[in-house]
Amino acid sequence: MSSAQRATDPSGTSPPSPAVSPAAPAPDARAVLEAAEISRALSRIAHEVLERNKGAGGLILLGIPTRGVHLARRLARRLAEIEGTEVPVGALDVTMHRDDLRRQPIRAIGATNVPAEGIDDHVVVLVDDVLYSGRTIRAALDALSDLGRPRAVRLAVLVDRGHRELPIRADHVGKNLPTSQLERVRVHLSEVDGEDSVWIEGGS
Amino acid sequence: MKHLLSAADLDRDAAVSVLDVAEQMAATQQREIKKLPTLRGRTVVNLFYEDSTRTRISFEAAAKRLSADVINFSAKGSSVSKGESLKDTALTLEAMGADVVVVRHPVSGAPHRLAHAGWIRGAVVNAGDGTHEHPTQALLDAFTLRRRLVGEDRGDSSLGQDLKGRRVAIVGDVLHSRVARSNVLLLHTLGAEVVLVAPPTLLPVGIGSWPCTMSYDMDGVINGDHGDLDAVMMLRVQQERMNAAYFPSAREYSRRYGLDAKRVAALPDHALVMHPGPMNRGLEISAEAADSARSTIVEQVANGVAVRMAVLYLILSGENS
Repeated sequence: MSSAQRATDPSGTSPPSPAVSPAAPAPDARAVLEAAEISRALSRIAHEVLERNKGAGGLILLGIPTRGVHLARRLARRLAEIEGTEVPVGALDVTMHRDDLRRQPIRAIGATNVPAEGIDDHVVVLVDDVLYSGRTIRAALDALSDLGRPRAVRLAVLVDRGHRELPIRADHVGKNLPTSQLERVRVHLSEVDGEDSVWIEGGS
Repeated sequence: MKHLLSAADLDRDAAVSVLDVAEQMAATQQREIKKLPTLRGRTVVNLFYEDSTRTRISFEAAAKRLSADVINFSAKGSSVSKGESLKDTALTLEAMGADVVVVRHPVSGAPHRLAHAGWIRGAVVNAGDGTHEHPTQALLDAFTLRRRLVGEDRGDSSLGQDLKGRRVAIVGDVLHSRVARSNVLLLHTLGAEVVLVAPPTLLPVGIGSWPCTMSYDMDGVINGDHGDLDAVMMLRVQQERMNAAYFPSAREYSRRYGLDAKRVAALPDHALVMHPGPMNRGLEISAEAADSARSTIVEQVANGVAVRMAVLYLILSGENS
């Protein structure tokens, strides 16, 4: 997803926001995760990924632009610290596989970078910032099948805010965040936004 | 972007964003599975009143790679030969539900009429009208230039960049060339300098108002009279539009304005040799020049598919489409 905002639109998408420095949090915004909690959540996800996979062998992390890519890189660093092996990291842009292109303003297309060895017979861990309707992940699964045939696909997200519209669930969740559909969840990451935090705004 | 009728429809940011989207489209064309589901269920009509090889198949390939349905219409063998007007043909296409009409027409302004007369609701893309414009050709030329000259021959590093400070000579039959018109406008928008080189008879009236310089002396331009060149774009001598004698003989034209190995050798080392095709080998370009390592002629065709995918995507996605 090109944006940290998951808007109130239940079709599971948000208007594109500038890639850098999104608007300051609204006055009614409340912080739900701070930098230290995000860091701990990512460390736990890293351990879970390794436990589930019984080590780092055959793993590939693919982030969904924009913030998913940064989260995937952070996860890869943690995996390297824990296991001492480098896990390939890439980016998977899903824009061209979305089902809502005609309902939204035109989206810029992000880059897709897949490690040179390809994804065939690897275990791909998709990484995104917020899991909401599940439509982004549906598009990601389609995009993946165009690239090859992974042995398994898993999903790691920083925040699961509920309100799924498709039979999709995350394997690794940083924080389950019960929300109303009227609220919006913003993820800020230092690489893009200058700080690490998760906010909920609106809804009142 | 509702229609694409002229290279002048694009400002700098819009043009750069087309090139950026094209870069991602080009990346998908390196994969084993080249087809994307993006435009599933949309219909693209190729409405060609003039012969074309690469533009038509390029649009067809672009539409198919994005999963759109393609209807090819060529005037030859259609009701046009029975006297059907553009309007009635357009109403037929509208009844069939065309989302985009890609039109090539021998009359300048026909795409504009099609877009604004209220005959069809779909978008119109100009694929060459008379001696007016051919905007997707200019976009693919700019894309080729940016890929080769900006960044290290690798797409990603040129994302977001324009062609500021680059210098391109466009040589040949400017009078009849829609490619030259669109390229002058687009390259100027992207910050490049354009030098037109042609015999006086093949330069249009009023060229002084175009955003470019001009010269009658090809060797002078190649040797750097207007500054070092980054690319030479050769135009086809359009024999089918030559109703009068514009130059004394083909051999004289070839000697004064043809690109041969000697002139290629006089160019700066990094300069590219471009041609929109189809080429008259031996007339405006020699076989050595066309097949030399710095020729981008085949690459331009491949880039054309990516650029047209980007144009179709930008026209057909978004809530206003």
